[in-house]
Amino acid sequence: MNAINIRLSRSKQSRSDFALEVDLTLPNQGVTALFGRSGSGKTTLLRCLAGLEKNHQGQIAFNEAIWQSEAGDFLPVHKRPIGYVFQEASLFPHLSARDNLAFATKRANKEESVIAYQDVIDLLNIASLLEQFPHQLSGGERQRIAIARALLIQPKLLLMDESLSALDEGLKKDILPYLEAVCSNMSIPILYVSHSLDEVIRLAQYTVIMDQGKIVDQGETQYLLGKLSTSRYTYQNTRFMIIGQITQQDEQWGLSTLSFGQHSLMISRTHEVIGDTVKLQIQARDVSIALSANEDSSIINRLAVYIDDISHNEADPNTVLVRMMAGKTPILASITAYSAQKLNLTIGQHVIAQIKSVAVLR
Amino acid sequence: MLLSSGDWTAIWLTLKLATSVTILLLILGTPLAWWLARTSSWLKAPISAIVAMPLILPPTVLGFYLLIFLSPNGALGHFLANIGVSPLPFSFTGLIFASMIYSLPFVIQPLQNAFVAMGNRPLEVAATLRASAWDRFIHVALPMAKPGYLSAAVLGFAHTVGEFGVVLMMGGNIEGETRVLSVQIYDHVEALEYAQAHTLSLLMVLFAFVVLAFLYATQKVNKQKANIGSW
Repeated sequence: MNAINIRLSRSKQSRSDFALEVDLTLPNQGVTALFGRSGSGKTTLLRCLAGLEKNHQGQIAFNEAIWQSEAGDFLPVHKRPIGYVFQEASLFPHLSARDNLAFATKRANKEESVIAYQDVIDLLNIASLLEQFPHQLSGGERQRIAIARALLIQPKLLLMDESLSALDEGLKKDILPYLEAVCSNMSIPILYVSHSLDEVIRLAQYTVIMDQGKIVDQGETQYLLGKLSTSRYTYQNTRFMIIGQITQQDEQWGLSTLSFGQHSLMISRTHEVIGDTVKLQIQARDVSIALSANEDSSIINRLAVYIDDISHNEADPNTVLVRMMAGKTPILASITAYSAQKLNLTIGQHVIAQIKSVAVLR
Repeated sequence: MLLSSGDWTAIWLTLKLATSVTILLLILGTPLAWWLARTSSWLKAPISAIVAMPLILPPTVLGFYLLIFLSPNGALGHFLANIGVSPLPFSFTGLIFASMIYSLPFVIQPLQNAFVAMGNRPLEVAATLRASAWDRFIHVALPMAKPGYLSAAVLGFAHTVGEFGVVLMMGGNIEGETRVLSVQIYDHVEALEYAQAHTLSLLMVLFAFVVLAFLYATQKVNKQKANIGSW
């Protein structure tokens, strides 16, 4: 069976400790995000998978191989075919960037080597950094070397623990494209731990939400984010995704048309060309609801949708979260409870979802 | 001529003793320092106390117990005599043994601090890069602890050069065997040979200054490196 099976449990040992109770099967391909706030147990789960945590009962199987069993079998860290990118760049300070990479290539399994050295150098754009020592590199550069090093060990599973969280916002923006390139170019499965919804949306096809040491939900990222129950874990930051193809481009107004199913959106044009697949993220609070298709509005994106689910925001009783379906794509709107009452919104009702083009993030 | 042949013998003997003690302590002290840096066993406190004891005890006390312990009638001395080892008191080998105990904290503590300072993370990283425990120690822990080894070597060597009380109790005053520099100076003073005592004492002062200045200079450089090496 080609999958990653994890069943782990550990009861609370002390007050500062927390319990972990996980039974999880993950796809052995693509990028899977472990999402949750700090202290939810996602890093611990990743460390268990790597073999860095020993005192958890349970079983971990990767494809055919048993890494940990109830009977007490435990494959030591250095025998697991993993790559691990730590939260902070963890380059060896006594070695140059090149020698840090060589540390991996020397110990990699030569027979199963599928990731080419030059490809990794190019993908992360680190050719000019190789002669430097870690203390001569910026935080972002160090993290790129660390990612390259983890790839050069020729892992069959890449584990990434909040790999951007130690960087400031500007640096994150610089590194995300590299991470996206790694995620889309590498044929190995990647498990990505993050508390950033933005990173999850950009990188992961599949998402697992963790809270207080337990799995609370999992599924394809787009559909998971489209569920109202998920908003409990995204707080004020509730957003959803639209994935579609560019079908038209308007030179005069600088707009592109993005089509998904029977629906389309106008978004401001960037470097993409017709036929490209584009992933958008839209904040629920940037979507409003109208009962009729009034044309006298500055909002150009109006989608004919039906209401599928309504829930009150637990954190703020004065707002209501509405889920609407545009074909198979969930659209979320965060509106005031007052508006919801006034419009008399009910499940099954056909409405118009209005999205400002400028609110679209990518 | 400034130094007599007896002085040269004492200098040579002192260097031989300090070198042997330093090398032996670096090798034997490494596993002990590693264990002290990583263990959470209850034994850590008592073992640390025993290691640090020579810092506080008067050298004469240490020398006295070693003498009793190692003499042919003593516990260890009796055992050694039974397996055919010649008695350790008043011999160069005995002096090495005593000096190792006397200088132990000066070697253990820098090593232990170096192992603690590097933390667990570099070793975890190395493990995820397929490095076995031995590989991790040789290629990550040792090079990262290099400044600690330098301090340990310099301190261990210098402290052994400067010892007097333990030598006198354990080694006595036998030329070419146990008469080290500090004892030689003592002899000169006893014999009212102040000029020779001056020469040797000045040498010791210069030696101590050079060693400590070197140590502080390298520590400063290493601290700068460590501050920016990881984040």
